[in-house]
Amino acid sequence: MSSLPPYTTTGQRVWHYTFLFICALIFIFLITPILVIAPLSFNAEPYFSFTDGMLEFDKDAYSMRWYRDIVENGMANPDQPTSWPLFFDWLWKALSPFHTAPPSFYTDTWENAQWIRAMRNSFFIGTAATLIAVTLGTLAAIGLSRSEMPARGAIMSLLISPLIVPLVVTAAGMFYFYSTNFNPDSWLFGNPDADRWILAQTYAGVILAHAALGTPFVIITVTATLVGFDKSLVRAGASMGAGPSKTFWKIQMPLILPGVVSGGLFAFITSFDEVVAVLFLAGPEHRTIPRQMYSGIREQISPTILAVATILVILSVLLLATLEMLRRRSERLRGMSPA
Amino acid sequence: MKRAILLAAASGIALTGAAHAEDSITVVSWGGAYTKSQVEAYHKPWMAKTGGKIISEDYNGGLAEVKAQVEAGNVTWDIVDVELSDAIRGCDEGLLEEIDHSMLPDAPDGTPAEEDFISLALHDCAVANIVWSTIFAYDGSKYTAFDRPRSMADFFNTKKFPGKRGLRKSPKANLEMALVADGVAAADVYDVLSTAEGVDRAFAKLDEIKDSVVWWESGAQPPQLLADGEVKMTTAYNGRIFNAMASEGKPFEIVWDGQVFDVDLWVIPKGAPNKEAAMDFLAFSTDTQRLADQAAWISYGPARKSSAPLVGAYNSDPDLEMGPHMPTAPANFMNAIANGFEFWADNQDELNERFNAWLAS
Amino acid sequence: MTDASYQVDAVHRTQTDASGLLLAADGTPLKKKLREALKVSRRRAFLLVAPLLLFIMASFVIPILLLLAQGVKDSTFSSIMPESTAILSEWDAKSDPSEEMAAALVADLISAKATDRSLATKVGTRVNREVSGAISLFKKTTRKASKMEAPFLDALHATDKKWKDPAYWKAMKIASQTITPAYYAAAVDKKYLADGSFVDQPEDRQIYVKLFVKTILVAGGVMLCCILLGFPVAYLLAHLPARKANLLMILVLLPFWTSLLVRTTAWIAMLQSAGVLNDIFVWVGITTDDQRFSLIYNMTGTIIAMTHILLPFMILPIYSVMKAIPPSHVRAAKSLGATNWTAFWRVYFPATVPGIGAGGLLVFILAIGYYITPALVGGQDGQLISNFIAYHMQKSLNWSLAAALGGILLVLVLILYWLYDRIVGIDNMKLG
Repeated sequence: MSSLPPYTTTGQRVWHYTFLFICALIFIFLITPILVIAPLSFNAEPYFSFTDGMLEFDKDAYSMRWYRDIVENGMANPDQPTSWPLFFDWLWKALSPFHTAPPSFYTDTWENAQWIRAMRNSFFIGTAATLIAVTLGTLAAIGLSRSEMPARGAIMSLLISPLIVPLVVTAAGMFYFYSTNFNPDSWLFGNPDADRWILAQTYAGVILAHAALGTPFVIITVTATLVGFDKSLVRAGASMGAGPSKTFWKIQMPLILPGVVSGGLFAFITSFDEVVAVLFLAGPEHRTIPRQMYSGIREQISPTILAVATILVILSVLLLATLEMLRRRSERLRGMSPA
Repeated sequence: MKRAILLAAASGIALTGAAHAEDSITVVSWGGAYTKSQVEAYHKPWMAKTGGKIISEDYNGGLAEVKAQVEAGNVTWDIVDVELSDAIRGCDEGLLEEIDHSMLPDAPDGTPAEEDFISLALHDCAVANIVWSTIFAYDGSKYTAFDRPRSMADFFNTKKFPGKRGLRKSPKANLEMALVADGVAAADVYDVLSTAEGVDRAFAKLDEIKDSVVWWESGAQPPQLLADGEVKMTTAYNGRIFNAMASEGKPFEIVWDGQVFDVDLWVIPKGAPNKEAAMDFLAFSTDTQRLADQAAWISYGPARKSSAPLVGAYNSDPDLEMGPHMPTAPANFMNAIANGFEFWADNQDELNERFNAWLAS
Repeated sequence: MTDASYQVDAVHRTQTDASGLLLAADGTPLKKKLREALKVSRRRAFLLVAPLLLFIMASFVIPILLLLAQGVKDSTFSSIMPESTAILSEWDAKSDPSEEMAAALVADLISAKATDRSLATKVGTRVNREVSGAISLFKKTTRKASKMEAPFLDALHATDKKWKDPAYWKAMKIASQTITPAYYAAAVDKKYLADGSFVDQPEDRQIYVKLFVKTILVAGGVMLCCILLGFPVAYLLAHLPARKANLLMILVLLPFWTSLLVRTTAWIAMLQSAGVLNDIFVWVGITTDDQRFSLIYNMTGTIIAMTHILLPFMILPIYSVMKAIPPSHVRAAKSLGATNWTAFWRVYFPATVPGIGAGGLLVFILAIGYYITPALVGGQDGQLISNFIAYHMQKSLNWSLAAALGGILLVLVLILYWLYDRIVGIDNMKLG
């Protein structure tokens, strides 16, 4: 493909280069939007377009104000002194069990800044949802890949369906169901003064929703690794006297671990990127990064979202690089170095 | 006994409760430059004074979210900035907490709060903070000095002034402006709108420009649309345009002809999780000094008479006096329409429905 | 002990009984023993799946089923207005409204007002969905209800002449039905009448069928765009040497791993009037500064952004299918005299169809339920059915209509999902 054999006709050459040109255009289509936001995030003006000054590379047309806005927006007092020594001092005291974090710029931003709160929520919700999804999903995938599993096809389709059902329908259903009062004092005994126990507008509601959306990924990836799994290994372990939990942790788990990890990664990214369920189920204090971006685009329209977007793109580049390195490493270990 | 055991068992699996931190309130407003002005003038001093936390949430107006929260029984908003017609309707429908006006602080000279607030500012369930206005604006650099839009009729005249128009995706203010453009005097607008023919007339006028309209929903959009050249002219909340001019140096021009002015009010949804703190915030943010402070950040008039003398210059430019940029400044007030809150409280649903059907057709 | 070792044990210690049946060590027939072992292992497999099954049932399936039920159930009116509900159910919707109906209405409104003043508005809102003007009518009537005296029919007429119009009574009869087809009918632009028949909505109110058609067309358009753009890229990736292909693959995977919101934001910056694309068009001379293209806040923007977001879902399955096609097939075709085109079209392309089918169906399924991108870049005419479901859930608070629209959308998607399972198989779904 890369070099043409000498016998190609002119027409074939033209076609070949046209094809390469078309592919190049498609790659540009795929990648430019993601790259364009980085320079725009340094815009000194609160608009989404390149100013004349930016195009002339005028130093004053660029600024870090939107990056500063990420840590300052929502703070009670952003004018306190900041510096690395102060930050490390704060971090040390905040982590130490003997101190309480001193009131400072960093405490203020950690507790009050909108984007920092969104970041904390995203990581908390993502981690909790991933743990649930991975635990339940891995067990289920092991059960599903046993040949004795009854009604395998039907159950598999049901468990994959959160991936397929339109998010709006899922989120609306969950909003409706999670708004019902689960306090037995009300629905069993009819006590009108009982507290309302509801899942909507709580962390638990969002976590359950995201766990449900993440499980299909775990099932798909773990089942895929189990396809190549040699069951005689488990039998061998068992025949040598290992119990079910030992064969699971010592034999099966290490072999399906890549599937579990990548399933977990997918589940985490799903939660980290999900906004519809958050829109329906989360209260103001449970806002995640995508939710904050959604309102950033709709209501605030400040280039702060471009700055956040740039940081997220850098994160996904790092993630991709790590995955690629891991893949190369495992290929090298298995002696299948790329040609 | 059985009941106690069941309850104990169930509380073990209860997953809710801890959602609302005691010391934080959720303050909901219109986002962008307006929320920024409230953060500077209200939120920061309140947080410093009480040590409480404020979670700032943005929305695009209307009662839908409040209603959904109250009806579903999970209210998460503590205090909301609404338009007058929504405050009145929300109160009528029992969606809002009643507010005891005696808790509002008096003016510095001792005038009681009830006399200090301008008319329309105090209601059973609401206390006003600002006077604002819907106007239309354009980018001055796109027109010559001799040939620029001057009246509401020019806004609706796409032959004389070609190009896209920005309008709020709501019948409010649009129907009034359409009638003014069609030759109805500002004072008669609601008399005409109260008849079926008047509504038809307004929609017919909107029909003329429908194909060149870009609809906006949030107050931050119009200056963005103008700056990005997405539209040639747009209706907007006057403070947003002013801020783009004052702090970003944008060459925007406001046309005050046919402006529709209104008040914005704080309301507290019924069953708000932190009602006490929200009331405290409400009283704090509507005192004389706070209202005057807000006017240094955006060109909306304070709702207290005693604040007016304290209004000074724009926060980042001591030469820029705020007075002439207020909707109520005499030069701007020539052909102004007072938002017909009673009309909208009564007819909002019907006209919304008609407007949405008109949009979709 | 695992299920496997049971079977091992059973087989090793077999003996035969008098009739020649294989027996296990404890004397039971081996067949029975094996059947028991199978039963145990089936139960174990199921027990492994059970926790997730329960979880998905509770947190996903039941909520959706309840939502669908909401589409045919509406007890707003019947719970607040019990007396009227009872009397209206006996009314034939043809004769004039009776004095009993009026009396029941007034009594219900008085007791509703005593409980909570928002209740009358709720009822008004419900009836208003059948005939407009009902909200203000109910508000007004409720305000005056406590002062009314018999005959109530005349009192109502005196309060508002709308009560003389049977349309409002008929609307109340429809609203009083707890189980009602009214919302599913509304979701397909029909109106359910008090006598139980259906008619078309007036021309200017017919929006949902058009919207479903539009949504399907957009999903189809996006799918086509993805096939057109995805196929060449997948072909290039599948035929480059591995090292180069891996490098280019990153360009496909980077968008895939980048947040949906980031990419939508990026397209706003690209497509708006003062955006990068229009700047380039003006610079190249395709258009002038005054005549910039409107590429966003309309259907164009929706399709471009959705194609970009869903393209990796198309490239990856086609790529993995192409990787598995032996190059010798095309060579064989050529050596048998086929031209390049014939070899491609008759031999290579048919072999890639499973990949195109898998990617196409997946893209179509995802596109048909898309919400965020149209909401942010769709403007007015780029809104899809999901956006209206969200609108009715969050803004107009007509949850039953949202449920009905969602039910129809769900059925569409499930049909496609079933097709996907038949054609591709869920087991073959691949990620990344």
